[in-house]
Amino acid sequence: MDGSSQAGPMPKPLPGNSALLRFLTCGSVDDGKSTLIGRLLYDTKRILADQMVALEKDSRRFGTTGPDLDLALLVDGLEAEREQGITIDVAYRYFATDRRSFIVADTPGHEQYTRNMATGASTADLAILLVDARHGIMTQTRRHAFIANLLGVRHLVLAVNKIDLVGYDQARFDQVAASFEEMASGFGFASVRAIPISARYGDNVTEASEQLAWYGGPTLLAHLEQVDLVDASAASGQPFRMPVQWVNRPDLDFRGYSGTVASGCIRPGDPIVVAGSGRESRVARIVTMDGDLARAGAGDAVTLTLADELDISRGDVFAQPDARPEVSDQFAARIVWMDDAPLLPGRSYLLKLGTRTVTASVSTLKHKVDINTYDRLAAKELRLNEIGTCNLSLASPIAFDPYEQSRTMGAFILIDRLTNRTAGAGMIKFGLRRATNIHRQATSVSKQARAAQNRQKPCVLWFTGLSGSGKSSISDLVERALHAQGHRTYLLDGDNIRHGLSRDLGFSQPSRVENIRRVGEVTKLFVDAGLIVLASFISPFRAERRMVRDMLEPGEFIEVFVDTPLEICKARDPKGLYRKALAGEITNFTGVDSPYEAPEQPELLLEGGAFEPASLAERVLDLLRVRGVIGSE
Amino acid sequence: MLVRNGWFDPRTMDGAGPPGPPECCKPDMAIPTRAATGRRWLASRDALRHLVRMTSHLRRLENESILILREVAAEFRAPVMLYSIGKDSAVMLHLAMKAFHPGRPPFPLLHVDTTWKFREMIAFRDQTAARLGLTLISHTNEDGRAQGINPFDHGSSYYTHIMKTEALKQALRQHGFDAAFGGARRDEEKSRAKERILSFRTAAHGWDPKDQRPELWNLYNTRIAAGESIRAFPLSNWTELDVWQYIQAENIPIVPLYLAAPRPVVHRDNMLIMVDDERMRLRPGEIPETRMIRFRTLGCYPLTGAVDSNATTIEQIVEEMTVSRTSEREGRAIDHDEAGSMEKKKREGYF
Repeated sequence: MDGSSQAGPMPKPLPGNSALLRFLTCGSVDDGKSTLIGRLLYDTKRILADQMVALEKDSRRFGTTGPDLDLALLVDGLEAEREQGITIDVAYRYFATDRRSFIVADTPGHEQYTRNMATGASTADLAILLVDARHGIMTQTRRHAFIANLLGVRHLVLAVNKIDLVGYDQARFDQVAASFEEMASGFGFASVRAIPISARYGDNVTEASEQLAWYGGPTLLAHLEQVDLVDASAASGQPFRMPVQWVNRPDLDFRGYSGTVASGCIRPGDPIVVAGSGRESRVARIVTMDGDLARAGAGDAVTLTLADELDISRGDVFAQPDARPEVSDQFAARIVWMDDAPLLPGRSYLLKLGTRTVTASVSTLKHKVDINTYDRLAAKELRLNEIGTCNLSLASPIAFDPYEQSRTMGAFILIDRLTNRTAGAGMIKFGLRRATNIHRQATSVSKQARAAQNRQKPCVLWFTGLSGSGKSSISDLVERALHAQGHRTYLLDGDNIRHGLSRDLGFSQPSRVENIRRVGEVTKLFVDAGLIVLASFISPFRAERRMVRDMLEPGEFIEVFVDTPLEICKARDPKGLYRKALAGEITNFTGVDSPYEAPEQPELLLEGGAFEPASLAERVLDLLRVRGVIGSE
Repeated sequence: MLVRNGWFDPRTMDGAGPPGPPECCKPDMAIPTRAATGRRWLASRDALRHLVRMTSHLRRLENESILILREVAAEFRAPVMLYSIGKDSAVMLHLAMKAFHPGRPPFPLLHVDTTWKFREMIAFRDQTAARLGLTLISHTNEDGRAQGINPFDHGSSYYTHIMKTEALKQALRQHGFDAAFGGARRDEEKSRAKERILSFRTAAHGWDPKDQRPELWNLYNTRIAAGESIRAFPLSNWTELDVWQYIQAENIPIVPLYLAAPRPVVHRDNMLIMVDDERMRLRPGEIPETRMIRFRTLGCYPLTGAVDSNATTIEQIVEEMTVSRTSEREGRAIDHDEAGSMEKKKREGYF
C-alpha cells in the first residue's frame, strides 16, 4: 500500500478551526506597508530560518533601514521592486494565529496603481489604511477609503504608523484619529478604528507597547482577530442564487448543474427558477463527491440535479422563485477603469458577470468622481484609474442583484475585445428598464399602434444651440404648423422644464447632465406615447445629446442645430441673460464661461443668423416629410 | 491510460478512461488498512468525515479551488493539468475529482519527466492515473535526453531550463493546450506571491510580472488570442500547512517519500541528497549513510534535499510543521541559484 495508509483510529481534531479574514493594506510609498506586513509575518512566526538568512542578505544589499533587518524585503518580491524600493503589484501573504487565518493583499498606494487596490479590495473584508503619524490623513488616505467603500469592504482600520517618530505622542495620535473618523463617518463602514503602531519597532502590532501605555485599545493583530465578520444583514434572508458554471453530464443517466452558491441556501425539494427563462423546477439532489448534502449555503461548490428536465446551460442562474434577481439588458453601475485605453461610451466591450459573458457598451457616462474631493464631474471618457457612474446596455438580458446586496451577483469585469485585457471592474447599482418584461406582456397597445392612430411616426426634434439662437421661436412655429395639420405633438422647453421637473437642479456640469437625462426619459415616454416631441434645450455637451439619442430607437432622434453666431445671440439677448453673465451675475453660462460643443453631424443645420424663423421652420417641416414622420399631403 | 511523448488529442478525451466511477469515488470504499502494524481499522468514508473535522478555513479553500477548476475547464478549448506527483499535485488532483464528480475531470494529466525523478514518484504516478482512470501524458525533452543533459555535469540551472522549462513548453505546444493547471501556491516564494490565479502567458510562454491582468472577485478573464495560453493555479491561496491538513482530513494518497523512513543519503552542499539509483555520482569522500529522513518537497532526486525526521504519519507531519523553522523550498537546489531565481525562471516559462 502507498503512503496514504497512515490514518490512525482516532485522528485528532485539526487545529486552527478559525474563520478566515481577508484584508488589504494600503498606504502611500513611504508609509511602511511592506514593513507592517513583514512585521506581522515575523511576529506570528511565519518567517522561517532559511528565509531569515535570505532576509539578512537582502537587507545588506537593498535595505533602507541601516543596520536593522528591512522587513519590507520579505514582501517586495520582484527584482524591480527591490531596486526601486516600492511595491509594484498586489501581493498576497498568509499567516495564522490560534484564532484566525489571514490572507493579506498588499496593494501599492501610488496613483497609477489604483487598479491594484481595487483588485485587493474586491475580496477583502477589512482594509488597513496606513498613514505616517507625522503627516496624518493625506489625499491618498481619502482615496483609499473611497475605494475600500466602493468595493464593499466592511471594516476600516487606520494604522497610524511611525508613531515612534512623533515621540509616541498621544495628542498627535488623537488629532489624526479624529480627522480620520470624521472622514470615514460619511461612508457607512461596519466598523472604523484608529490604532497607533510602529511597524519598524513592533510597537502595538502584535504586542502592546509600554511606550503607548496611554492607548487603551487592542493591538492591531488583536483587532484583526476580534473584528466581527458576521454580516447580520447578509446572514439573514439572502435569497438563493447559483450561477451555473458547468453542466455535468458524464452519461445519459446523470444530468447535474455545477456551480458555487452565490447567496442564500438550498435544500433538496426546494423550488427553483431559472432566472432568464423563468422556467421552474425543484432541486432533487445536492451532489458532492463526499455524498449528497442536506443543505448547501453561500460559498459551497456543489452540483444540483433537478426534478424536471429543463434546457439549462452555463451562464444561467438558479434563483428562488419568490425572490428573483433582476433580469435586464440595462443597468446603472459604478466602474473603476483599469486600462491605458480609456473607456468610451458607445464602444463595445465584453462583460463578464458570474458565469455569463455578453457584449456590452456604456450608453451613458453619467459622471466621474474625483476621488480626492469626492466631487462629481461631467466626463466624456474614463481614463486609467478613474471611477465613474455609467448606464450600461447589454446585447442580451442577464440576471443580477445590486452589488450592495451581493458581491457575486452584482460585480462584473469589462474586457477589451481587441486586446483581451481586463479593462474595467463594475459594481451594479440598479437595473434600468425594470418593467421591460412586464411591459411586453401587459400592454397590448404598442408604440406602433399609437403612432398609426396618429398618422405619424413618433420622434423627437431636438433643437440645440446657444441661448438666443432662436430655438424656441422656431420650435414654436413648427409645433403650430404640425398642430394645424392634425398631428399630435408636445413641446418641451428648457425654461419650462426647469420650473418643474428639474427645479432642484443648478447649472453645474453634473446638473446639466442630470437635467438632460430627465428630459431624455420624458422624451422617451412621449415618443412611446406616439407623439412628435419638440425639445428645445441649449444642451451644450455632445455626450448628453448622444445619451438621449441612445435612449431612443434608431431614427427617432432628430438633432436640429440652430447655428446662430454668438455675437448675434448676445445682441438679441431676449432675456437679458448675456448682460448678466458678462457682468458676472450668472456663472456657468453657455458661450460666456461654459463651453458649447457644436454637433458634428446634426440631422439638420439651421443658420439662425441668416434667415427668418418662419423659413427655418419650413425647412424643419420639409425634413419631417422627407423622413416620413408626417405625410406629404 | 499512459501516453509517453505520444500524440494526444484532447478532443478525444471523452470515454478515454474505463467505465464506472473511479475507485476513490466509491462512497463506501474502505479506508486503507494498517496491515503492517497489525492494527486493522475500517470505516466508511462518511464516518471518517465525522472524526476528522474539516475546518471552515479548509472548506473555503476547497470551494475556491473547485470554482477555479470548473471555470477554466468550461472556458478553455484544451486544458491540461500539470501533474508533478508531489503533495500539491495530489491535492489539486483530488480537488479536480471533486469538482467534476460524478463525471471525470475533462482534461488529461501531463507529467514532465526529466528522467531524474525518484523511482517511487514514477511508480506512484502510474498507479494514481490507473486508480482514477485518467489519461496521463508523460513528456521528456528527447533532445535533452539525447544530449545527456543531467544535473551533475550541466549545473542545476541549465539542466532545469532544458529538462523542465523547455520540456514543458514542448509538451504544451505539441498538444495545443491553451490552459495548464499547476499546483503552485503563493506562499511558496516571493515572486509567486504576486502571481494571478489565472496567469497569462504570451505565445512564447513568457510571463511579464509588471503587466498582469487585474483579477477581481472570482471573475477570471479567460480571453486569449491564438497561440497564447494561461497557467491556472487553483491552490494559490493555500499554505503548506493547509495542504497537509487537507491531506489528513481527506485521506489523500501521497508518495511515501514524504513520510520518514531509513534511506541512503549523502551530505552535499548543505543538503541531504538521497542515493535513489545507480546513476547517482558520488563525490570523493562521500559515503552514503542510512538516516531516518523524509522530503518536504519532491523533484529530481539529485537536486532535492531531505530533512531528518521521525514523522511516519501525516498527523506527525502536521505536528512537525507547526514547530518547523525552515521553509519547504530550502530543500530545492534550483531556488538558490541566484537572487530573483524563481522570477527569472518564470519569465522564461517555468511553472
